[in-house]
Amino acid sequence: MKTLVYINGNHAMSKASFEAVTYAKKLGGDVTVVSSGSADLSKLGEYGASKVMVDKSLENGDAQQITRLVAAASEAIGAEVIVFSHDLVAKAVAPRLSVRLKAGLISGAIALPDTSNGFSVKVNVFSGKAFGSVSVKTAVKIISLLPNSIQPEVTGAPCAVEEFNGNVGSPAIKVIETKIPEGNIPLPEAELVVSAGRGMKGPENWGMIEDLANALGAATACSRPVADIGWRPHHEHVGQTGVAIRPNLYIAVGISGAIQHLAGVNGSKVIVVVNTDTEAPFFKAADYGIVGDAFEVIPKLTEAVKKFKAAH
Amino acid sequence: MKILVCISKSPDTTSKIAFTEGNTKFDENGVQYIVNPYDEWYALVRALEIKETSGGNVTIITVGAAADEAVIRKALAIGADDAVRIDADPTDAYFTAAQIAAYAKANNFDLVLTGKETINYNGSQVAGMIAEELDVPFISLATKLDVNGATLRLEQEIVGGLQVVEANLPLVVSCAKGMAEQRIPNMRGIMAARTKPLQVVAPIAVDAFTAYESYTLPEAKKAVKLIDPNNMDELVNLLHTEAKVI
Repeated sequence: MKTLVYINGNHAMSKASFEAVTYAKKLGGDVTVVSSGSADLSKLGEYGASKVMVDKSLENGDAQQITRLVAAASEAIGAEVIVFSHDLVAKAVAPRLSVRLKAGLISGAIALPDTSNGFSVKVNVFSGKAFGSVSVKTAVKIISLLPNSIQPEVTGAPCAVEEFNGNVGSPAIKVIETKIPEGNIPLPEAELVVSAGRGMKGPENWGMIEDLANALGAATACSRPVADIGWRPHHEHVGQTGVAIRPNLYIAVGISGAIQHLAGVNGSKVIVVVNTDTEAPFFKAADYGIVGDAFEVIPKLTEAVKKFKAAH
Repeated sequence: MKILVCISKSPDTTSKIAFTEGNTKFDENGVQYIVNPYDEWYALVRALEIKETSGGNVTIITVGAAADEAVIRKALAIGADDAVRIDADPTDAYFTAAQIAAYAKANNFDLVLTGKETINYNGSQVAGMIAEELDVPFISLATKLDVNGATLRLEQEIVGGLQVVEANLPLVVSCAKGMAEQRIPNMRGIMAARTKPLQVVAPIAVDAFTAYESYTLPEAKKAVKLIDPNNMDELVNLLHTEAKVI
């Protein structure tokens, strides 16, 4: 079997990329990566790619150009399965590619395919409140893998990188400005997340949340009201209308746990809730709960984490 | 400008999620259907705002059975001019997108808007598929959209941040938070919606690419383990030895 993985050239050396290549390798066939831009992608061989095809003429590219690139690469190698990491590029490109190649698309896969009876893949549905098994009827299949669904595994050595001309045409979308905050881990990829809500009483109190996040090496997030009042930037808002995440550890501080918030975080492996209100609905969804005042609990937790990190 | 807003029905956000017929079908018993919030709050309301400032026409489209007309009337009450229902079961994203694209092509729409995803299937597929069918550009997860003649300036979510882009009509855009604010329909809107034109269109012949075979619910959470607020060392220890996440 031939598997093609699309890797975003601007974000190639990320855990999400390594997960996508590992996933492709676990499908059992030969894995080729297609990408664009100038980054050195030979390292993807360590995760199972046998070669990388890169179109250096395309630095960013809009969704139509990337669709043409992936379609050309798919045709060149005769791909049967095409894997994306389910990020914002995949959300723009994979549906286009599905129509272009007449290939069924599974978005938000969380497991390897079940091929015992056809080809079906487990996905999150109902905003994380259930799982669905989706079968694909077409000869070529596209899978867009949710970040943090599988562990990256190093199985080989760096691989060859070949130049590839995807005949991508000219862009139809003109980029005027890009705003990417420095040094942030994109929330969907973060393994550990510290999140806080209105219980923090004001934006000036976020220092202790950041201290805890720094001690853990975690990303910070927030609830919807906090983003709406402008205490925190919108890209930190997790929940049904914000970002859906599934980190290994989600620490929720001063968030009551409304159903819309839970819809964005209920894929987390372990949930810790800190709240003064014993009746907060979030405790029902939590693995560990602390009934107490965040202003006392969080600094103590930060100290405990630092002590642990120093000892390990 | 002729604007087509794609809406989908979704269960109310507080609905109990359960399955029936051997876990192969969503259990609709007692479920209240609403207009998918992203389609309503962001796509439809922004379309109405554009019409109010620059003129034009806003048409709502959905793929579904006659029973879904109640949801279409809810959307019309917020303020679109007319609606179209493609009379078919929306079996998968491709089937749905192919139906909408065929109608959009035949009727020369300038701008097609959708929500960023539905809250039931979360696929984020239909808008991009419509764009490819129509061979026009697609702006995904737009948080802002301003019209300047035939050129649109948009802000969209990208990995780790936002970008500002320009594109020309015709265009397909999926809308995310920031695009507009929810509007509550008033009594006049609700009354007017009853008599607004709702055209029923026969589907085109096309095969779905995918199918939902079955569903499962997550395992019930064990009872929460309460930790003494004065013993954070214990929590850290449990996260390390029991939960194995640090």
